[in-house]
Amino acid sequence: MNLKLRRKLTNVVALGLSLAAMAFGLFWLIWILWMVFEQGIGALSFDLLVHDTPAPGNVGGLRNAIFGSVIMVGLAMLIATPVAILAGIYLAEYGRRTLLGRVTRFVNDILLSAPSIVIGLFVYAIYVSQVGKFSGLSGAVALALLVIPVVVRTTEDMLVLVPNTLREAAFALGAPKWKVIIMVTLRSAKTGVITGILLALARISGETAPLLFTALSNQFWSTDLSEPMANLPVTIFKYAMSPFADWQQLAWAGVFIITMGVLFLNILARVVFRQQSANH
Amino acid sequence: MSHMQAKGKLADLLFFNLTRTVAFITLSLLGGIVISLTWSAWPSIEKFGLGFLTSSAWNPPAEDFGALVPIYGTIVTSLIALAIALPISFGIALFLTEMAPTWLRRPLGIAIELLAGIPSIVYGIWGLLVFAPFFGQHVQPLIAKTLGKLPVVGSLFSGPSLGIGILAAGIILAIMIIPFIASVMRDVFELVPPMLKESCYGLGGTTWETVSKVVLPYTRVGVIGGVMLGLGRALGETMAVTFVIGNASLLGNFSLFMPGNSITSALANEFAEASPGLYTAALVELGLILFFITFVVLSLSKLLLLSMEKQNGGSAH
Repeated sequence: MNLKLRRKLTNVVALGLSLAAMAFGLFWLIWILWMVFEQGIGALSFDLLVHDTPAPGNVGGLRNAIFGSVIMVGLAMLIATPVAILAGIYLAEYGRRTLLGRVTRFVNDILLSAPSIVIGLFVYAIYVSQVGKFSGLSGAVALALLVIPVVVRTTEDMLVLVPNTLREAAFALGAPKWKVIIMVTLRSAKTGVITGILLALARISGETAPLLFTALSNQFWSTDLSEPMANLPVTIFKYAMSPFADWQQLAWAGVFIITMGVLFLNILARVVFRQQSANH
Repeated sequence: MSHMQAKGKLADLLFFNLTRTVAFITLSLLGGIVISLTWSAWPSIEKFGLGFLTSSAWNPPAEDFGALVPIYGTIVTSLIALAIALPISFGIALFLTEMAPTWLRRPLGIAIELLAGIPSIVYGIWGLLVFAPFFGQHVQPLIAKTLGKLPVVGSLFSGPSLGIGILAAGIILAIMIIPFIASVMRDVFELVPPMLKESCYGLGGTTWETVSKVVLPYTRVGVIGGVMLGLGRALGETMAVTFVIGNASLLGNFSLFMPGNSITSALANEFAEASPGLYTAALVELGLILFFITFVVLSLSKLLLLSMEKQNGGSAH
């Protein structure tokens, strides 16, 4: 009897602690999101979109930073997506059991979680230090290197899920392998691959560390990719660390924009993926 | 017909080689990173040798550099983060897999995953402008009054309540990696065959007994892999740490209240202003050390998770 009571008690205590852990985790996360909303919405204004980053005490916005971020992120996706999809195809369709396939898969998973700051240093070492100056293009390259592992991984995972009967049916019709891959396998895994691309986009939208050594930042409006380029994350970093209240407010506005964008992309990726699973 | 077949064969060969080359390029990125960082760090490696790892000097004008302070900061903040995040994540995963009503599992799981996707700079700015002032005013004095009075460990919690510092950085990191570790643990817990759990319940086991005697032993390897993954994240995290660690390259005493420096915060703060030559090389060498540490941690995590999947007859990953 005593033993039964003790077991029950242990169970109640353990489950109570588990509930407390859930509450504890949610508490911080709600607090953070709440502050982002409160401070961010207070700092939103039309000026953000029409003015460039100001000197302290002046009216200003984030126009150049938003523009620079969109350009660099867009360029990074353009560079990385085709490369990553091809590598993913190799892993799923040709190299499932080869040595190259196995090693590449392992290395790709390491790169997936490698510190982004190291990728920034790498681009600095092979590009920025050779050219001799920070540039928007080098920022895009650094971001592209962060996209590749994410898209490789999801492309491979999605292709592996495609049933073999589909491939066999296409082969039986006499199609060459490359046609089978592009017109049958890849096409039936399309939404999954798009999900991966959206997740990668969400990941690099808020990346700060690799841009510190590559794009740096720019106080002014600049569309020249061979010059330092303004971007939201580095601007937020600089303005939040400053002692000026108006700069800190701009930083909150930037954080609000990035958080909303990233949450939107993540949810969109889920919706797209849900549709794919519903179709099967 | 045979002409078309030949064309198809050629296209096949081209396509195969294209994808293989690209896969090889992805693979060689890793080697490229190691080689180029070693190359850029060479002046510093050559001058300081292994002494770089044990020297606490960081004096740019005198060109005397050592990695001890940032390595110490990186490891201590990550360990604090792990100590806090581990039990909390375990509790969350337990709640999501065994306790929560079924209709609540999905939305809560999605919420945790979405939060893992929030950029670290958001945690950083919140840490600097919201958490640190609160922490310094209300929590640190309390800790100093209680834990700070204990023998031996007391010295860890002494000194001025600045808000920012190594302890604050560790706490922010913990908040950041909780969603990561919790969602890996939940995924691993879900791998346990229902039959095993039901057998335990059938014998009259409580939920806690099922978790501690069936689920945990069965998933031990995967859980450790997930924890290492979280540790890898924490070690390499930049923005969340840089905002709140205080950026002091001194190792005066071991109090966790003191501002410090981590490898990533030193890089983030000093790199753009560093003069080319030895200063930059020393910073790159810090990056190389970080890459090495995270590589080891992530490889271990990957191998553990792999063997977990194999045990379950999972796919070839």
